[in-house]
Amino acid sequence: MKELVVISGKGGTGKTSLTASLAALAGDAVIADCDVDAADLHLLLSPKVLKVEEFRSGREAVIRPGDCIACDVCRDVCRYDAVRPVFENGRKAHYAVDAIACEGCGVCVRFCPEHAIDFPERVCGEYRIGETRFGPMVYAQLGIGAENSGKLVSTVRKEARAIADDGNARWILVDGPPGIACPVIASITGSSLALVVVEPTLSGIHDMERVLELTRHFALPTFVCINKWELNPQMTQEIEAAALAAGVSLAGRIGYDRAVTDAQIRGLTVVEHGGRAAEDIRAVWAALADAPGAPAAPATMEV
Amino acid sequence: MIIAIASGKGGTGKTTIATNLAMCLQKPVRLLDCDVEEPNCHIFLNPDLDGGERATLPVPVIDEGLCNNCGECGRICQFNAIVSLKTKPLVFPALCHGCGGCMRVCPTGAISEEGREIGTVETGTSGHIEFVQGRLDVGQAQSPPLIRAVKRHIAEEGVTIIDCPPGTSCPVIAALKGCDYAVLVTESTPFGLHDLKLAVATVRLLHLDFGVVINRATPHDVMVREYCKKERIPVLLEIPDDRRVAEAYSRGKLIVEAVPELRESFERLCCAIISRIQHRDAAPIPCAGTTPGVS
Repeated sequence: MKELVVISGKGGTGKTSLTASLAALAGDAVIADCDVDAADLHLLLSPKVLKVEEFRSGREAVIRPGDCIACDVCRDVCRYDAVRPVFENGRKAHYAVDAIACEGCGVCVRFCPEHAIDFPERVCGEYRIGETRFGPMVYAQLGIGAENSGKLVSTVRKEARAIADDGNARWILVDGPPGIACPVIASITGSSLALVVVEPTLSGIHDMERVLELTRHFALPTFVCINKWELNPQMTQEIEAAALAAGVSLAGRIGYDRAVTDAQIRGLTVVEHGGRAAEDIRAVWAALADAPGAPAAPATMEV
Repeated sequence: MIIAIASGKGGTGKTTIATNLAMCLQKPVRLLDCDVEEPNCHIFLNPDLDGGERATLPVPVIDEGLCNNCGECGRICQFNAIVSLKTKPLVFPALCHGCGGCMRVCPTGAISEEGREIGTVETGTSGHIEFVQGRLDVGQAQSPPLIRAVKRHIAEEGVTIIDCPPGTSCPVIAALKGCDYAVLVTESTPFGLHDLKLAVATVRLLHLDFGVVINRATPHDVMVREYCKKERIPVLLEIPDDRRVAEAYSRGKLIVEAVPELRESFERLCCAIISRIQHRDAAPIPCAGTTPGVS
């Protein structure tokens, strides 16, 4: 079994549209949406939901107003500016914790002289397991403003891995998040290969260089494909040259095709909808399907 | 006056809006690129940047001579960044959130802190724009501390524009916190609408006033317009789906320069945002455009 993770550095380059089509072409893949901030893959794959699980991770400080003596200790030890006074009749009555700012470090809990601070587990979102027309799918929604997106990504990948092991699936296809930090690192560690989707723009090449540095950092075999390449053919060539110079492989070019948006509006993958881009995507899959790459290993880093 | 440019979905045009808006505002205007994982504003503004300052996060250092193996540090750490099983503690700096709990709880004073470098904050100027950006070191997991370091450069006077990272989680919250107004950039597609709803929930959670810009707008893709109407969210600007805009972007050009007729649209956007903030804010700020009050 191999695990392919689709990433981009820059957002909006076409990761989700491409991942959905690869799922259609792979036939027997387990599909995982690891863009847990803003998951969209389910809009194309319409999974029938089989299971919904709460995602609990970390804790949050909650001050019991009745027990708080407004002594300032919690405010003074908090490094996240999360503890605020609550005024009643013009005087400081007690303190309260801003749940959005609280990092869940527990320092105020430990140092409160009145033991007036509770420290319950925090529900940070949920994840779902479903069945799509192309195979099983795991996807998630992080709570708005929540922490621990990396741990939710690891949870989604672990669930997908278990399903793939059970069903002897040949592929796990992971739709990754944008960026290069916590959730991306959690998406790529221990996977078999990465596909970086790049658009032919100066921003695209700049962001690709940073994401390739990241996959090199984790010694992950990496492919690059250019989406909407005709937007700037010269830039496309420069990106391909830069990718080869960085020691990664090319997986092809995908043309600019209004059919990609039309497919999205119909809730279909591009290869189901058809069009020029669909043919290009088939070629990309052909390049990836035979690629060498280590078998999927469990994620090694939880952040 | 602090204006944040945000979106749930990536690649909708946050950087385009942030840079072109900054170009159309009168001085003093400062642009902070808080998309520290992939900062791109500099591509469009070509600022003269200084060498930058390294940003650090405090992490514990153990003086083993003073440590008595009590294990308190490991017990308080919620992030598994310091582990002590009746042994000298092991520190995993990459997992540390810099809360300082281990140092506070250590009974023998064996723990001090040193700064672990996580990225760079660079400053410079581009024409009349004062520019600041954060650049996270590749391989670093936590961007919020660097975002907060960039935000320490918010201007006392005039307008500060903040280009936010995509998403809805802690980096976005770090960027949006304390802003006066949020501009949510989206595109009129099912993904764009789905992620706009998440972005709206995010700014509402923070009690921020906000409006929407629809990028790559076409007459027939009406789903975002209809959603905004139903939710009574002002649509501040629609940027037409125009190949000239896409090509200018691909070459790192500002669209107010490449497509001159859009300059007036951006000037109206400046006025619309500023007049909305001034409903609450006393100090008037001159705006560049001619027709204020678009909503």
